[in-house]
Amino acid sequence: MSELTLTVMRLGFLAVLWLFVIVAVQVIRSDLFGTRVTQRGTARRAAPDRSHQRQAAPPQQRQQQRQQQSGGRGRRGAPTKLVVTEGSLTGTTVALQGQTITLGRAHDSTIVLDDDYASSRHARIYPDRDGQWIVEDLGSTNGTYLDRTRLTAPTPIPLGAPIRIGKTVIELRK
Amino acid sequence: MSSTSNTTTISTVGPPSRRNTELAMLAFAVIIPIFAYANVGLAMSDELPSGLLNYGLGLGFLAAVGHLVVRKWAPYADPLLLPLATLINGLGLVIIWRLDQSRRLAARAEAAGQTFTAAAPRQLMYSALGIALFVAVLLLLKDHRKLQRYTYISMFFSIVLLLLPLVPGLGMNVFGARIWISVAGFSIQPAEFAKIVIAVFFAGYLMVKRDALALASRRFMGMYLPRGRDLFPILTVWAISILILVFETDLGTSLLFFGMFVVMLYVATERTSWIVFGLLMSAVGAVTVGSIEPHVKTRVDAWLDPFAAFDNGTTDQIAQAMMAFGSGGTVGTGLGQGNSDLIGFAANSDFILATVGEELGLAGTMAILLVYALIVERGARTALAARDPFGKMLAIGLSAAFAIQVFVVAGGVMGLIPLTGMTMPFMAYGGSSVIANWALIAVLIRISDTARRPAPAPAPSPDAEMTQVVRP
Repeated sequence: MSELTLTVMRLGFLAVLWLFVIVAVQVIRSDLFGTRVTQRGTARRAAPDRSHQRQAAPPQQRQQQRQQQSGGRGRRGAPTKLVVTEGSLTGTTVALQGQTITLGRAHDSTIVLDDDYASSRHARIYPDRDGQWIVEDLGSTNGTYLDRTRLTAPTPIPLGAPIRIGKTVIELRK
Repeated sequence: MSSTSNTTTISTVGPPSRRNTELAMLAFAVIIPIFAYANVGLAMSDELPSGLLNYGLGLGFLAAVGHLVVRKWAPYADPLLLPLATLINGLGLVIIWRLDQSRRLAARAEAAGQTFTAAAPRQLMYSALGIALFVAVLLLLKDHRKLQRYTYISMFFSIVLLLLPLVPGLGMNVFGARIWISVAGFSIQPAEFAKIVIAVFFAGYLMVKRDALALASRRFMGMYLPRGRDLFPILTVWAISILILVFETDLGTSLLFFGMFVVMLYVATERTSWIVFGLLMSAVGAVTVGSIEPHVKTRVDAWLDPFAAFDNGTTDQIAQAMMAFGSGGTVGTGLGQGNSDLIGFAANSDFILATVGEELGLAGTMAILLVYALIVERGARTALAARDPFGKMLAIGLSAAFAIQVFVVAGGVMGLIPLTGMTMPFMAYGGSSVIANWALIAVLIRISDTARRPAPAPAPSPDAEMTQVVRP
């Protein structure tokens, strides 16, 4: 076997070995799971990429989503996303897919509020059986305000009505 | 509508099953050793080796069996553990086969009055047995938390395993170390299996005692000093590992068990003082035994000055290994073109890393060590993701054992620490090692499957809905 061939094989083998290591590290990188945050640079409020999110949703959530779609399809004016309009998280959107959204300073909240006026489990937003979205205050210290009234009971959210928690304001949009 | 610059979308991503990724990586991990095998054949005898097809099919079959079992019975398991282990096992087989072809080793065996037997076919059989045990563990162990029931039984069992080589008639004294037992013509190294069993005991024990060990302590000079009675377990394990060192003259096993215990103690209690104590105690033990025990003493001398030991004929292995690493250089001499068979004794077991160092060079050795590091990283990651404390402790203990074993062997061969009689996991020739390490990977895969499985959806509560409907 010629010297040249052997040298090429030797270097080729090292290259393949390192390629394996690099691919393995890439697998680890893509394997870090948790909350996916998609940066979208500009301020255009394009409708969230539904197909992308559906693919990313875990099985049980997908199931809920399907249930909601079969039950709530045809409802006109149903909100599709929750938007933070004021506060440190301004611009954050969460797609409404039939899941309960929790707000608070606790790390496992859907929207983690970094706000001195927020309680750790401050409020939650969830759909009732008809697909109407409800906001409920979870006994917070400083209260949750819908428009200007402090919530005392679970209340349906009208489209576009501001919900204020400390310095953060969120609203539901189509 | 307010216009903002940081527009983000938050959506939850569940841990997906990564079985197809695993399959692709596994195919890659089978192709690399086949390439290496062809390379060795072309370099040593100018033709493709005749066993290429059988070897490729054999390794591919073993990998496929492993993959199918994981796909069926551990669908959410970590996608990298199996391919990484397969790659090292396959490369180890190629290097053992390459050393089988060496005329020097054959001549050396004949000069010693023995018949030279090829080690590669036996190692392939051990790998098959290892995969069989891997499958058996995954099938029989549906939930790793069941192991918690056997905490104290496994303590007893592991001590029995560790002491077996000392039983007269059963234990064998091979080249100064009593770490083998002979059963029905096979020699077994019980310590390899004991490391898994003892990890179960440490995990179960520390899970119960962690609060006492972590909280009941006095603060002194920035360190937490544990109470005297809490020192008892660490003293016991230390005494056992010193006994192993003295009676079995096996530095590696003793270091492995004590190191593993200290790592798990640290993880359980988050107290740095345990690491300090552990290092002090192992240093005291190692220095004392090293200056008394003659077998250990020769190894320490060979470590301090390998070339003096080479000249006066005590042992030439470490010096030969260093020369092998040196002649390998950065990119190596190429597979099948080195002279690492000059190491002679244990060239394909303890010293297999020297062959890697010579024929693949620094670049190849670093890649292999990175593959080991990735296995350890996936183990530690599994421990982080595990939801139950027992699984956390077991996963970190097994990965620590794996890491310490790689460190002890690689450090010994490279002259960083005194040489110990341990084998490079998966790579080196030795049935016990390969089989036990496949079982270790199986336990890690089982824990990672449980850890990464998506949490079941909470049961719908009809009462909650009812209370919401009623309004004043």
